[in-house]
Amino acid sequence: MNAPSITTSAQTEAVTKTFDLKAALFDSFRTALITFGLSIPILSFKTEQSGAELFLRSRWDLALIITAIVFGVRLALHAFTASRAYRQATPSAHQATEPVHAEPSAFQHVSKFAIPFFLGVALAFPVLIYLIQGGLNESRYWIDLGILILTYVMLGWGLNIVVGLAGLLDLGYVAFYAVGAYSYALLSTTFGLSFWICLPLAGILAAFWGMILGFPVLRLRGDYLAIVTLAFGEIIRLVLINWVDVTNGGAGISSIPRATFFGIPFTAGEGGFAETFGLEFSTMHRIIFLYYLILVLALLTNFVTMRLRKLPVGRAWEALREDEIACRSLGINTTNTKLTAFAIGAMFGGFAGSFFAVRQGFVSPESFNFLESAIILAIVVMGGMGSQIGVAIAAIVLVGLPEVLRNLTFLKAVFGEGFDPNEYRLLLFGVGMVAMMVWRPRGLISEREPSVILKERKAISGSLVKEGHG
Amino acid sequence: MEIFVQQLINGLTLGSIYGLIAIGYTMVFGIIGMVNFAHGDVFMLSAFIALIFFLILTTWLGISSVVLALFIVLIIAMVLTSLWGWAIERVAYRPLRGSFRLAPLISAIGVSIFLSNFVQVAQGARNKPTPPMIRDVIVLFQGESGYNVAISYKQIIIMVVTAVLLTIFWYVVQKTSLGRAQRACEQDRKMAALLGINVDRTISLTFVIGASLAAVAGTMYLLYYGVVSFADGFVPGVKAFTAAVLGGIGSLPGAVLGGLIIGLIETFWSAYFSIEYKDVAAFSILAIVLIFMPSGILGRPEVEKV
Repeated sequence: MNAPSITTSAQTEAVTKTFDLKAALFDSFRTALITFGLSIPILSFKTEQSGAELFLRSRWDLALIITAIVFGVRLALHAFTASRAYRQATPSAHQATEPVHAEPSAFQHVSKFAIPFFLGVALAFPVLIYLIQGGLNESRYWIDLGILILTYVMLGWGLNIVVGLAGLLDLGYVAFYAVGAYSYALLSTTFGLSFWICLPLAGILAAFWGMILGFPVLRLRGDYLAIVTLAFGEIIRLVLINWVDVTNGGAGISSIPRATFFGIPFTAGEGGFAETFGLEFSTMHRIIFLYYLILVLALLTNFVTMRLRKLPVGRAWEALREDEIACRSLGINTTNTKLTAFAIGAMFGGFAGSFFAVRQGFVSPESFNFLESAIILAIVVMGGMGSQIGVAIAAIVLVGLPEVLRNLTFLKAVFGEGFDPNEYRLLLFGVGMVAMMVWRPRGLISEREPSVILKERKAISGSLVKEGHG
Repeated sequence: MEIFVQQLINGLTLGSIYGLIAIGYTMVFGIIGMVNFAHGDVFMLSAFIALIFFLILTTWLGISSVVLALFIVLIIAMVLTSLWGWAIERVAYRPLRGSFRLAPLISAIGVSIFLSNFVQVAQGARNKPTPPMIRDVIVLFQGESGYNVAISYKQIIIMVVTAVLLTIFWYVVQKTSLGRAQRACEQDRKMAALLGINVDRTISLTFVIGASLAAVAGTMYLLYYGVVSFADGFVPGVKAFTAAVLGGIGSLPGAVLGGLIIGLIETFWSAYFSIEYKDVAAFSILAIVLIFMPSGILGRPEVEKV
């Protein structure tokens, strides 16, 4: 799978102007052969069931198509690397003479326009959809999608505190989401507390759980910590399934009270939202309210994170991420630093969880499995750990895109009637995570602004932001 | 008493499967210090490979002897799963050497998600049952209450195959040049490279051996439970990792010992306490061991150098 003649050509002096076609073809052929070998049992045969009996159906065509695709991609990759190596080997006229200076990075260019743009679109989204779709009820699907994306943006930003800023890989983040959701569900159904009282309570409870789970894992190093948080996440889910007296087990808790407009319910009759404001009743009022609610919650998460980064605790997080030993030597209390990261990250997870419960009106343990944690982690990783706008973009792409693709009819025409992009969503998540680590381990937007600035802003290129061992 | 002996037999069978998977975790951790999160899914994949070839052999080629079929299936599954193990290391882990420390773990999570969903997309989401392959049991003794303590041929096959393969594996690690290279890389990779060991090749072979042992575990799992689904990699994977950690990660006898202990704990917990909380027990052991005795039973305490 490696072609030494091509990859090393940039380093050696003799740069071949045309790339070695023979070697590339040979290598691509070898890659294709391996792909074919990998696909023999799993792709070439499909197990199908008739009654209790399993039987096999062969589909070598699929395996051959995949092999051909891999061959083509590999060959294209070779051509690309070779041409890039050639370009890099030829020095440009300016390179030697001009002094090295820090140009505003691509990230700064993007962020200058992207942030107000995204914010504007997010704020005006329901109005835009209303105008495009031409009616409240017609725009329901799109606003629901907006709510879904924003929930993941918020979760991503919450996890970003733990993973992106403090560098603690948390594989059980969904546990805090579950704690938030169940807090609201249980408090509202048993004690009749309103959403606005439960929301802070859910956050506090989740933060409390963050501390409880964070405390034992303080001494652990990166990957052990990740595995223990995974274990905690699974334990919480299994307890939710099995503690039937309190959580109603796998059946979940249903008929959770809906959100109210600060006390005014979204009902049709007397004293409802529509009547109070003199509007015609529509169920969409509640959906739009939920949209703005999650938007505010997400922006709150972002705002708090950005502020915390500038505080001593935020800088301590980033120092901890870069090198724990150096951090400790400089007198930073790593215990407190880690615990605050866990607690604050968990708190936002709890807020998002109670929002989830109020939106769905139903919670069950199945919504909080490991895959959910992995999806949130994928969003953070692909967004570029530590980058806020990157996380938002990743959430839009990873959550929104498969939903949109599902409704494109021409894809069905190409791939057949049963084609559902959602089936391939997680598959691509996995590939994306690997590709991201191999290709740009710091994420799509890997450049970040320094939190502390002396006199003027200077860009730090992604290659310089390299981590220590911590 | 009868229940105790019966559970002991069941626990040891389960434990040998966990032990086989745990070796894959412990070897990889020993040599490159990463948690190969995808190993559980490699195990699941190997069970699917075994299932498909078992069907090919019995229904298409008409091999009637189950033992012969199983033997051929075992060999094929080991070869093909090794290829997967090699490819995964080559594509997802090798480029990351020298990257920041969490990168391989994140990549491994990606591989894990990819593998389970790849199998789901390719083979469907339903459980795949096989016809019971070997049914016979040997009644060891009968208790007073009429409760038979029995050991099935399946269990004997699983334990014997595990023991034989572990012996071969032990010989490879202790006596061959590959094993020496492996142990050298484990101690000091840079020094090993200076002494002329091909480190990349050794690491690749480590993944190949780990994957082939996982394939044995996968085939045995299929034989024992007779059913496999795409989601079956996660929980056995975590339990085997627990076994590796409990035995002392990096230690090969520790992995087998840990596997047996985890298997016994799981069956006894299910028999005497509650079957619902058996996974909670496994996850709790994982957390407790990692927090309070991270070097495990047979492992060396880790010294962090600056």
